[in-house]
Amino acid sequence: MLSYVKGHLNSIDGIEIYPIISFIIFFSFFIGLSIYVFTMKKSKVEEMKNIPLEDENLEK
Amino acid sequence: MQIEKFSYDNKIVRLFLIATITWGIIGMLVGLFIACELIWPTLNITSWLSFGRLRPLHTNAVIFAFVGNGIFSGIYYSLQRLLKARMYSDKLSQINFWGWQLIILSAVLTLPFGYTTGKEYAELEWPIDIAIALMWVVFGWNMFATILKRRVKHMYVAIWFYIATFVTVAVLHIVNSFEFPVSFFKSYSWYAGVQDALVQWWYGHNAVAFFLTTPYLGLMYYFVPKAANRPVYSYRLSIIHFWALIFIYIWAGPHHLLYSSLPDWAQTLGVVFSIMLIFPSWGGMLNGLLTLRGVWDKVRDDAVLKFMVVALTCYGMATFEGPMLSLKNVNAISHFTDWTIAHVHVGGLGWNGMFTFGMAYFLVPRLWRTKLFSKKLANVHFWIATIGIILWVIPMYWAGFMQGMMWKEFNPDGTLANDFNETVNYLRPYFILRALGGFLFIVGALVMAYNLIKTAKQGDFLKEEAAEAPALVNSTSSKPGEHWHTWIERRPVKFLVLALFAVLIGGLVELVPTMLVSSNVTKIETVEPYTPLELEGGDIYIREGCYNCHSQWVRPLRDEVQRYGEYSKGGEFIYDHPFQWGSKRTGPDLHRSGRGNSINNPSSWHYKHLLDPRFYNQESVMPAYFWLTDELDISQTKKKITVMRSLGVPYPEGYEDQAIDDLKAQAHEIYQEIIENDADIKKANPNMEIIALIAYLQRLGSDINKGKEDEKEKEIENPNMLNIEPVDTIDQTDSLINLH
Repeated sequence: MLSYVKGHLNSIDGIEIYPIISFIIFFSFFIGLSIYVFTMKKSKVEEMKNIPLEDENLEK
Repeated sequence: MQIEKFSYDNKIVRLFLIATITWGIIGMLVGLFIACELIWPTLNITSWLSFGRLRPLHTNAVIFAFVGNGIFSGIYYSLQRLLKARMYSDKLSQINFWGWQLIILSAVLTLPFGYTTGKEYAELEWPIDIAIALMWVVFGWNMFATILKRRVKHMYVAIWFYIATFVTVAVLHIVNSFEFPVSFFKSYSWYAGVQDALVQWWYGHNAVAFFLTTPYLGLMYYFVPKAANRPVYSYRLSIIHFWALIFIYIWAGPHHLLYSSLPDWAQTLGVVFSIMLIFPSWGGMLNGLLTLRGVWDKVRDDAVLKFMVVALTCYGMATFEGPMLSLKNVNAISHFTDWTIAHVHVGGLGWNGMFTFGMAYFLVPRLWRTKLFSKKLANVHFWIATIGIILWVIPMYWAGFMQGMMWKEFNPDGTLANDFNETVNYLRPYFILRALGGFLFIVGALVMAYNLIKTAKQGDFLKEEAAEAPALVNSTSSKPGEHWHTWIERRPVKFLVLALFAVLIGGLVELVPTMLVSSNVTKIETVEPYTPLELEGGDIYIREGCYNCHSQWVRPLRDEVQRYGEYSKGGEFIYDHPFQWGSKRTGPDLHRSGRGNSINNPSSWHYKHLLDPRFYNQESVMPAYFWLTDELDISQTKKKITVMRSLGVPYPEGYEDQAIDDLKAQAHEIYQEIIENDADIKKANPNMEIIALIAYLQRLGSDINKGKEDEKEKEIENPNMLNIEPVDTIDQTDSLINLH
């Protein structure tokens, strides 16, 4: 089974396209991410930011 | 809304914190000891205290015991509070703790005794590898189940880093640990040569990324805002920081293999992604430092913040330097020298060390409900540690840079200006300063331990910390018009899958082609499998950790070709399970030490040199391997041949039955050669381990010399037959002909 898969993969044609595809995936991902980040609501940002500061326990 | 009452488990945090500090001091002491061995080689008093065996113990102890326990302390503390939930299972927490300590203990009990896989930072043998995988699953299970029962709707950025750490370390550990067991204590890497090197450095680099960096960045996003009592500078930046970092980091591994026989496209990918890494790394550092804007006056008084500011600064320096070191022209000088060691220690002592100390100063007073015993001592610790780091790294930067330049220096007549030994002598004063810096750093850690014990004694430990929060209702339903990232912040499992996808893409695109496309590693007809004796010798080479100081990788650079001989080709390593290219030259490269090469020495020289390296060179820092006169254990030889065959090494079917006879015959040959060559050697006998090691050394890089005479005749008939691959720096055709 493994050798069958390997045999075919040994001669993948056009493997150079793989890095390009992954580049495109992630480039678009980051564009999307940046748009999201810069259009985030301020109130939302404040809420998320303050999560660690809200964990004060009861026994002071 | 119903308010639920619950409590945080502080006991597990206490356990991990004690382990962090204890193992930290032990790991650093081992580091100090091996630093001293490089100044006074006579400290290598016995096999299990020798440099080659203790250096892996130092690296493993500091990475997995000190930083590892530090990660668990910080995560077990912050996770509960960020999610307003107790850890899912106390039992799993306990198993995680004790299991991890047992793994560390088994490292202490195996590495100094030579049980090692011979792959840097992954030296632990296969049964321990399995235990690590199991413990990691226990940790992940406990963490995930806690996330699932949380009372806070959104996962804070720190938790994303914890998730990415869990999933990536799991992938790295499993892929790099594929090995074929010979016995309970011995295995061979599944991969060989170039492939093994690529997997190893994909792992090695990402162990730095996902064990020493991402979990600590998560901790930074929690502890810096807590200590400064203000929110992180930019939450928006932290989102970009996270995704950019985990995506880019995974590609950068091949920058450890520049000028090697790894295909060029993979090397270039490694460089490009390393340069890109500056952006997310500095984004994270600035996000941490800018959190302190407006409260910088606090840094003056607060020991916790002081340590964290230095930690972040060191993180910034190390992550700027890393990309610079991955540039080929810088790497040509820095690689194999102490420059790399200095770089790692800015990260290790500065980033991980100082941050852990800051975290400990934060946690102990809170867990024991008291104030720090002595602010003054904490300040003393801060200054001793900072000066210690400076004293450690500056001399090593200088030493590394100078040694790299000295190796490359030529006389006007074209000969090399410096003998390798001269460059080693040059380093000695810097080694002394480095040891002093390390000593100070440890003194600081001891001062901290004292201060924290005193703090704990004056306080009252709070085992169960009461808390309350409203129950979380229906956290996963999406709201109309909601953005996908907000959506995914509430979905830990889908988050994990996305993070896994981000890291797998990088890994797969780099690894799969090199693994499978056969044209990436050119076959060399004359390269044959090791003989049984050489195979045993190679295992001794691995056992003694020779790869910690000697590379087997001659780069295609003018000085290296002149110093060592023809540069290394990928096809020469196809039977090396595991590869032994090394990453540091405390001693010279050994790839061309075999017969037929210009730097080859007679077997009698090796015999004397291994038993007493200072016989030939007074200034050598190599340990004297007197224990190699022990009898060679050949009980596993047959099995080793069989295992190698199943890994694809073409030993003929049934060869294992003939292996012992062949081994003895070759051992006798080498023995004869030694005693005929040097009448002084009286105690040698053919059954000694040293004979096997010499056989291995005599074989290294020698296969390309087979049939050289015939080729030379052909060359004269047809000059184009020489067929040397092009190299970046110089046309070496002439020097190669002259050398052989």
